[in-house]
Amino acid sequence: MTDSIANIKCIAKRELGGYFASPVAYVFTVIFLLLTGFFTFMLGYFFERGEASLTYSFFVWHPWLYLFLVPSVGMRLWSEERRSGTIELLLTMPVSAWQAIVGKFLASWIFLSFALFLTFPLVLTVNYLGKPDNAAIFGGYVGSVLLAGSYLAVSCMTSAITRNQVVSFILSVVGCLFLILAGYPPVTNLLVQWAPPWLVEGVAAFSVMPHFDGFQKGVLASNDIIFFLSIIGFSLFTTGVVIRSHRAG
Amino acid sequence: MIKVENLVKSFGSKIAVNGVSFTVERGEVLGFLGPNGAGKSTTMRMVTGFIPPTAGRVTVGGYDMEQNSMPAKRMMGYLPENAPSYSDMTVSGFLGFAAEIRGFHGAEKDKAVRRAIETCFLESVIHQSIETLSKGYRHRTCFAQSIIHDPDVLILDEPTDGLDPNQKYEVRTLIRRMGEKKAIIFSTHILEEVDAACSRAIIIDRGQIVANGTPLELRQRAEGAGAVMVRVLGVESGALRIRLAAVDGAKRVMVVNEEGAGVVMRVFPQTAQTGHELARRVGEVVLKEGWRVEELHTEEGRMDEVFRSITMPDTKRENSK
Repeated sequence: MTDSIANIKCIAKRELGGYFASPVAYVFTVIFLLLTGFFTFMLGYFFERGEASLTYSFFVWHPWLYLFLVPSVGMRLWSEERRSGTIELLLTMPVSAWQAIVGKFLASWIFLSFALFLTFPLVLTVNYLGKPDNAAIFGGYVGSVLLAGSYLAVSCMTSAITRNQVVSFILSVVGCLFLILAGYPPVTNLLVQWAPPWLVEGVAAFSVMPHFDGFQKGVLASNDIIFFLSIIGFSLFTTGVVIRSHRAG
Repeated sequence: MIKVENLVKSFGSKIAVNGVSFTVERGEVLGFLGPNGAGKSTTMRMVTGFIPPTAGRVTVGGYDMEQNSMPAKRMMGYLPENAPSYSDMTVSGFLGFAAEIRGFHGAEKDKAVRRAIETCFLESVIHQSIETLSKGYRHRTCFAQSIIHDPDVLILDEPTDGLDPNQKYEVRTLIRRMGEKKAIIFSTHILEEVDAACSRAIIIDRGQIVANGTPLELRQRAEGAGAVMVRVLGVESGALRIRLAAVDGAKRVMVVNEEGAGVVMRVFPQTAQTGHELARRVGEVVLKEGWRVEELHTEEGRMDEVFRSITMPDTKRENSK
């Protein structure tokens, strides 16, 4: 067990170092902050709203913002390893495939959480301007981190499928878009015509939106947390299956 | 140390490796030869546990590669084909990572990294990022990674590929030196390397082992092994040829060169073992006729002849049907 943790830590450290050694980390962080700023102040009418809250000006954009930004971080996770052949190096070291998967995933997740953490001046601003519900803000952040993790796990899975990063990115965006739209009426209406009710409900249950909304009210409900964690767990498990099937040829 | 039994690997309907078995003990350097696409890399990938075999078994240091791969992987170093590495890392960062994942920490880790850097002559580039390095340095960086934990077993897939002649020489010397205490498998298609570094060689073609022996044994399988090369002055090639063909133990005489200083002929023996005897007899015959011998020597047999004769290229094989 301690061996596993040491291996995961070692892989995560290397991966995280890789982000900051390349322009990826800096470009991503700057773009992320610019876009969150733009959405919050320009599209979210942060000041015009006149309310001390981040729910409708800030967090509401995250599912859409992450739709493009998270796959751009996750797309290289495994496709780059496969393209450059380092996967052969990594998996013949005394490391199991799941340790490598978890290590690489955690590194990217930590990186995304770090970028999100850099938006904390917004929290200071609303606290300076008024009296916001800080529990709701905290909940929003927790939800946002879990949402990013779910998207990232989907990206991780699609990046294991192909060595082409562009294909990996597109597949990942489609996968994440499905998670957003699954419960959206136009999509469920599409199914309701012909699909049995259990399928419609099943598809709608994949939607991240109702679960994400829960957090913004400051409610850390266990079913919402379990929902996100199971998407992460399932996607990472599938990543493992995909990698194993590549090796088996 | 390494035991491979009846290894089979198929990709769809294509059989890449078909029933390969061999063992490598400590103190042995096994050269793995074969034309491109013969199954060398696939076999090595199965030995290192990167891909599971379709059938057969690999054990390293007594540990089954499929059932209990962790201890086997721990005692093994691997240089994959094309020497991949994380190009955004620095050389020391990359080697530090390799050391850490092999369980080295703190001062021990620094020592392991320093030793690998010295062994692979990387001192001048330790702080450079790998993507800025030349191919030779990148190759040696990946090589350094494979020996960072001083493993008992080393699997090297074309370790001298992309190196200049001096670097090739150094790597070969290094392999031979390390081979005294380790079990090493390395693949190559440079035939002199087999003589330079291997204690034993396997030739693999179309997924099957077609020859297995010491470099000397393999060379003796060449048609030219034990042939006598003779250069004679002041004689017509026709007369010399008739006399040489009549020598006891000679199978066939080939005229190599008739122009210039003397006639050069190659006398093939009936069996490779009669080589030295044949040289004496050829010498006696020529001297008895009063011709002047300028040069006389027995050939050892060339590795490329063996290689060509047992790994027939596709075109030739089609024609011979």
